Amino acid sequence: MTFVLACAIGILIGSGIWLVLRPRTFQVICGLSLLSYGVNLFIFGVGRPRVGAPPLLTKGGYVDTAAYADPLPQALVLTAIVIGFATTALFLVVLIASRGTTGTDHVDGQEPGR
Amino acid sequence: MIAQNLLTLLIALPFLGAIIAATMPRGARNSVALLAGAVFLAMLGLLAGLHPSVTSGEVVATTLKWVPSLGLNLRFRLDGFAWLMLLLVAGIGILVVIYARYYLAATEAASRFHALILAFSGAMSGLLLSGNVIMLVVFWELTSLCSFLLISYWHQKPEARRGARIALTVTAGGGLCLLAAMVMMGHIAGGYELDTVLSAAADIRTHPLYPVILVLTLLAAFTKSAQVPFQFWLPNAMAAPTPVSAYLHSATMVNAGVFLLVRFYPVLGSTDAWFGLVVVTGMATLIFGAVMALVQNDLKGVLAYSTISHLGLITALTGIGSPTAIVAAMFHIVNHAVFKASLFMAMGIVDHETGTRDIRRLSGLRRWMPETTWLAVVASASMAGVPLLNGFLSKEMFFEAAFAWNNGSTLDDLLPYLATLAGAFSVAYSLRLIVEVFFGPPATDLPKFPPHEPPSPMRRPVEILVILCLAIGIFPGPILGTTLQDAAVAVLGSRAPTFDLKVWHGVNMAFIMSVVAMVAGTALFFLFRRRIAGLADASDGAGERGGRTFDTIMWFGLERPAQIITRLFTARGLRQQLVVILIVSLIFAAVVAPGTRWMPVERGFGLDDAVFALMWLVGGACAIGTAWQAKYHRFAALVLLGGVGVMTVLSYAWLSAPDLAVTQLLVELTTTVLLLLGLRWLPKRDEEFPGDRELEARLRRGRDLVLAIAAGAGVAAISYAVMTAPAVPGLGDWFLRNAYSEGGGTNAVNVILVDFRAFDTFGEIVVLAIVALTVFALLRRFRPAPESANPPRAQGGGNQPPLADLIFVPSILMRWMFPVTVLMAVYFFLRGHDLPGGGFAAGVTLAIGLMVQYLATSVRWIEGRITVLPVRWVAFGLNVAALVGIGSWLFRFPFLTAHAQYVTLPVIGPVPAATAMLFDLGVFAVVAGAVTLIVIALAHQSLRVGHPPDRGPEPLAETGGEP
Repeated sequence: MTFVLACAIGILIGSGIWLVLRPRTFQVICGLSLLSYGVNLFIFGVGRPRVGAPPLLTKGGYVDTAAYADPLPQALVLTAIVIGFATTALFLVVLIASRGTTGTDHVDGQEPGR
Repeated sequence: MIAQNLLTLLIALPFLGAIIAATMPRGARNSVALLAGAVFLAMLGLLAGLHPSVTSGEVVATTLKWVPSLGLNLRFRLDGFAWLMLLLVAGIGILVVIYARYYLAATEAASRFHALILAFSGAMSGLLLSGNVIMLVVFWELTSLCSFLLISYWHQKPEARRGARIALTVTAGGGLCLLAAMVMMGHIAGGYELDTVLSAAADIRTHPLYPVILVLTLLAAFTKSAQVPFQFWLPNAMAAPTPVSAYLHSATMVNAGVFLLVRFYPVLGSTDAWFGLVVVTGMATLIFGAVMALVQNDLKGVLAYSTISHLGLITALTGIGSPTAIVAAMFHIVNHAVFKASLFMAMGIVDHETGTRDIRRLSGLRRWMPETTWLAVVASASMAGVPLLNGFLSKEMFFEAAFAWNNGSTLDDLLPYLATLAGAFSVAYSLRLIVEVFFGPPATDLPKFPPHEPPSPMRRPVEILVILCLAIGIFPGPILGTTLQDAAVAVLGSRAPTFDLKVWHGVNMAFIMSVVAMVAGTALFFLFRRRIAGLADASDGAGERGGRTFDTIMWFGLERPAQIITRLFTARGLRQQLVVILIVSLIFAAVVAPGTRWMPVERGFGLDDAVFALMWLVGGACAIGTAWQAKYHRFAALVLLGGVGVMTVLSYAWLSAPDLAVTQLLVELTTTVLLLLGLRWLPKRDEEFPGDRELEARLRRGRDLVLAIAAGAGVAAISYAVMTAPAVPGLGDWFLRNAYSEGGGTNAVNVILVDFRAFDTFGEIVVLAIVALTVFALLRRFRPAPESANPPRAQGGGNQPPLADLIFVPSILMRWMFPVTVLMAVYFFLRGHDLPGGGFAAGVTLAIGLMVQYLATSVRWIEGRITVLPVRWVAFGLNVAALVGIGSWLFRFPFLTAHAQYVTLPVIGPVPAATAMLFDLGVFAVVAGAVTLIVIALAHQSLRVGHPPDRGPEPLAETGGEP
């Protein structure tokens, strides 16, 4: 499972980077989304994810830490998801505003060769 | 102790006032002026309360602990000299506020103006009160910054921006010199407290670094007080509104340099270097300013050069440095502030009522503005040094000091003549100002004709100042005697002279010099009146020329090198830069890779693994598909991107992260809708780009493909290495152990977010709120590209039935779903502390509920029925979160300390009631508000289509987007 997850992260990052290197803003925004999936999964992966051990405790008593998944990367990724949404939204608005003012959706604000 | 508290209040009040004023509505000019006036009045009251302690010769000092662990404290001290200067800051401040109320037009941003004026007075007070030399520099720079913002108050005018930039560069540059000087002085003295430095005077004067310290300190003082050759910023700063010129650039801030000279005179003064540098600079400035003031055509230009000249006089006095000269310098600071502020205000009235400041166009205003005329006449007479006015007294003291001073040099011999010469010029320019503007034939060529008297409250501040000129001029002893004595004792200690401020000293040398200057000045003006006018035309814009030299220096010293460096070290396009970054990181990764310890691939491949692998087969295909299609088939790419998202959600759910799965799923929905809304505004991609199949484009794609594969493979390898490395017990275990016992919740992730690491979360929601407001602000000014302005094909183009008919049944269903979604949001929120859910998830859920309503019906339909005020939700949420955090201070705990317990409610039973829940409520409101605001702001853009571009605010503003 770890191997599959690692490959998945690799594919996400690879596709993301390919798109980020493209000239059109929509491609870049898709690329950034893919990159953020990949990076979030990576951070999550650092906590050695396991099946069937959500960090939901019982009330009181001794806490056997080995019985639960690491909550810290999860907390980090949770905020990262929301902030990722915010940056995507901001980028989207910037790109359509830039398209409105420059008349092109090229990342450099002008068509190549002009 | 009472005095100490009064002092703390004195320094805090203007800053508090500035913060309140800044948050007041832009046009609330009456209330904001009242606020500023009240602050200055309170400052005057506090000064009065502190007067007894100051008179008794005591230094009132207070220390506020700032960063005690680093030994950084805010120390303020008040002595007689600072008291005198503060009296000017607060006293003239209140008059300026009254004046500005009538000076600024109703449409101008009064709240910004007064907030800046208050902030400046706070900075100036801080500068005068600093008991620590580093703090002194900080406040010094703060006054420069406020001055920058106030000069550029009318930022739509290029000359205002330019003047502000020049003033900031010059005065803040001087501040940097001051910082260096203070660090050296503090180092030599063994401490940065002002009292330590003052008492180490002998060590500093004999130290080998003394010349460096002296020059740096003088550079700071000379730049701030506009001494030659740094005088050019002051005429350029006259682009500021007149109240600002009256307050900052004649009465208070420019005196900071002189204040510095007087303050550090006991430490740095009494050496030959000090005498030489300060007296020469002061005298040069005195004469240069007086001559230049005579040949200006701009009213404020005359006043600016006259200010330069008078500052030169004060500087020269501190250079002479005898005890009586220091007293004369202090006295002249006060007198100059009073008459120059009144003159600035009078000239502002002229400008305000006639629409011009050009001496050539103004004439004979006496007919229309008799009262303003007499006020201006008295004030300029004081500036010229006519007896029975305050200007006369201190000028007389200057003449006396110039005559009496003796160090045997040529300069000493010349000094009385130079002083008389400057006096003659100041008489001439004062005469010219009055005669040309107020007397002579009535002007015909005025932008506002006929001029009339200003509203009488606008004249009141000028009247008060002019009365002061007369009162000090006639009764100097009773009014200022003790205050000056206190100030002198504060600076000179036991060397303070006993002096007697009298109007008439008999016929002595100073009086003769005065008479000569009067006669010569009057003759100069009347004999050469036409020549002076010609010279004025020729020298018009001399300040401008100084500015041009400044521009040249800035260009070759800063802008040009910056351009060259930029051109050498940056790529032009985004992609080139990214490629470089990528290649560099790949190289670094390749260098460290051999050190990695690889674990063997896990044995055994069960059913679980097979399913997981199949899942990511789909996910990977979706990701590659997105990359493939994003250029020409954006919609398809978006669907595929959603596929990747779903696989991510499933992985989180499978791998024991239910919170992440819930949040990711909800955010996924919102992002997709958002991107769909955005697609509408992108250009059509019906045909291929012409160059896409050429060799160059193919090569570039090939390079990018190699890079992408390398990066992907690399990241996969790193992930694998990290995930298979043996786990180290980390922070996670601590959080697990303490989540329930300390945080009172069983959902460890949620407890981390709202309790243990609540401060981080607070930062996150602030970021979210800022992003939402930025999106909102960007879209308010958004103008779509012309080709996107028509409704898209799906909406009403061709023969299709209207959209509302097509989605009739879904729309009914979606409307019914609203209460369910809201209930779900509440449920997520309430269970968050113990089970997956929480403020983030609940907030997004509520936003989705609203979004669905928008999709189901139309903007107009929904906003006719519910009032959506996302901006207020965001504000509410931020306030709740902050208040919960501050609340823990009440119990003497650090910011955002949570408290947890269960409360038993009837029927429902025990409910977790941690303060963290309240914080989570803030998170919930911010997330819901921000997401809703972003989506709605984008959705509203469709309403713009078909309207003329000049239409007013769109419905979002009506529904609460803006007050």
